[in-house]
Amino acid sequence: MSSAPLLQVRGIARRYAMRRGLLGRSVDVRAVDGVSLTVERGRTLGLVGESGSGKSTTGRLALGLEPPDDGDVLFMGAPIPAAGTLAWRQMRARMQMIYQDPLGALDRRLSILEQVREPYDVHGIGEAGERGAMATALLQAVGLRADQGNRYPHELSGGQRQRAVIARALATKPDLLVCDEPVSALDVSIQAQVVNLLVDLQQELGLGLLFISHDLKVIRQVSHRVAVMYLGRIVEEGDADLLLASPAHPYTEALVSASPVPGRRARPRIVLQGDPPNPAARPSGCAFHPRCHAARERCKVESPRLLPLPDGRLTACHVAHDQANFLKAAS
Amino acid sequence: MTDLTSHETSPLVAIRDLTVSFDGVKVLHGIDLAIHRGEAVGLVGESGCGKSVTWLAALGLLPKKATITGSVILDGRELIGAVPTTLDSVRGGRIAMIFQDPASALNPVIRLGRQVGEALALHGGLSGRAIRAEAKRLFDLVGIPDAVRRLDAFPHELSGGQNQRVMIAMALAGKPDVLVADEPTTALDATIQAQILELLTRIRRETNMALVLISHDLGVISETCDRVCVMYAGRIIETAASEALFEQPLHPYTQGLLAALPPLEGVRRRLVPVEGNVPEPWNLPPGCSFAPRCPRRVEACDTRVPSLALKATDRQAACIMTPPLAQPQRRPEPVYA
Repeated sequence: MSSAPLLQVRGIARRYAMRRGLLGRSVDVRAVDGVSLTVERGRTLGLVGESGSGKSTTGRLALGLEPPDDGDVLFMGAPIPAAGTLAWRQMRARMQMIYQDPLGALDRRLSILEQVREPYDVHGIGEAGERGAMATALLQAVGLRADQGNRYPHELSGGQRQRAVIARALATKPDLLVCDEPVSALDVSIQAQVVNLLVDLQQELGLGLLFISHDLKVIRQVSHRVAVMYLGRIVEEGDADLLLASPAHPYTEALVSASPVPGRRARPRIVLQGDPPNPAARPSGCAFHPRCHAARERCKVESPRLLPLPDGRLTACHVAHDQANFLKAAS
Repeated sequence: MTDLTSHETSPLVAIRDLTVSFDGVKVLHGIDLAIHRGEAVGLVGESGCGKSVTWLAALGLLPKKATITGSVILDGRELIGAVPTTLDSVRGGRIAMIFQDPASALNPVIRLGRQVGEALALHGGLSGRAIRAEAKRLFDLVGIPDAVRRLDAFPHELSGGQNQRVMIAMALAGKPDVLVADEPTTALDATIQAQILELLTRIRRETNMALVLISHDLGVISETCDRVCVMYAGRIIETAASEALFEQPLHPYTQGLLAALPPLEGVRRRLVPVEGNVPEPWNLPPGCSFAPRCPRRVEACDTRVPSLALKATDRQAACIMTPPLAQPQRRPEPVYA
């Protein structure tokens, strides 16, 4: 067994060409711009950000669903083979993805059991005669009843469907699950069931999770480490509790402050001005500076690098680093 | 806090025993709700609990196959079964509504200024240049930067948050007494959600318009509303002042919802989900709809539907296993009905 991390993403970038208007010039949009991440076995990395921050694209790049334009992705120390090849298919069996919308991820014309069984057939796992029983066992492992396997997706509730999707993802005994907003479409009471299920499965199976969500509360619940993305770059990364309890980057701070919590009213809330940023018109310097309350002249021209602070987390913010340096010099 | 004494005056909107059925299946089982001038009331619940249907029924926006009984009184006028002309003057003029997805509520091929102008011509009786001036004033009011140029823009040229501001501007065009906002920030990012909620609160304060906020998000409701109604399977099962409700929820379902929500601070603990699923409207249990999922269920819960009962000053819960609160803030009031 190698000591390489389960998933290592190094400086990946992904550009899309976008045309403005019918005859407009095509512009390069950097959806993901130099992102490095590590997911360890049995641990969860939460990836948080707003729409257009590139978090979903990062998830797709991590699975090799799209090739990165720059950088590389290592799975257990080995680069991911080109998509569509036999080697890629074999590796993909060990890394699975769970999407937000379980109804869209399931085939409406197949029963739940048939769909959970399908990976066994595709990857030739087990004897053909045993696969039905194996799939039923999986359904029970995710909290579905055996008789629910005979139902069709529309006959199940949203939470049950997401359980079915998780069961199907587990069929190939993956080491890594990439979950893209897996509970965002579910009601609160059901959301908690699925969150607990994912946490339990991780403990039982030692899964590494890349958990993508816009919901800080859910992210904190499942994650060991958290990375915050803004306009295709990671602006802060570190221990989940540390990062969300005392954010160093003003953007993380604003996200935490904007996250609605029951029973917390009439508190000072940082309300960011301006729109979510447009990846096609990336501001100069620090991309966050037009919305940042702490921005200085330097932030407008010089892009901050993602560097460690004394407490171990990584932050890409001139102001946070200046403060840390000042405190270090003072002591 | 709103002044509780003002609630003794007659409410602006009084909903009484409102029920809605689709094809003989009851989805709303008798809603009683009063909205007073200037207050912010939150309706919270999971999908299918009837929080949106309540207001769609009140405004006559449900399809014809819906059977509606009960009464919705606005300033002494009955809205249920009212003639279309009455409803036309109420909708937008007295009670305005905004929805989750601003992009689909706006016409993609008509400039924003004209869409807002349409509402102004309809409700304000304005015309010509006065419309444009008023539209610009509304755009300024809802915080759309560069308002004059935005009047000539199309919806796709604006972000989701800006489009929701346009929707709010349109809703304000008729100077409504009540704004019903149905999941107004669900499709928006967290930082934009905070902007829109602040905007709604500011406009409510400035215009003394009542706000009805419909949301599945307990946090959003808690931070925006004075009073909260929690709904489950077509009924209001608990209602209280916002602070009281979130500090000490009484109904087991409300308690369950709050326990299922991951906290943002403090020690991480395993979530306590509400087991089971929301019952389908055509397959409701005979007694309390929540009984099959309830940790405090006793036999009596399966025989009778509990009605909303006073449990403390200004607090009601529909649960036979919830005793009245031991220490009421004031002398216990006589239980009505």
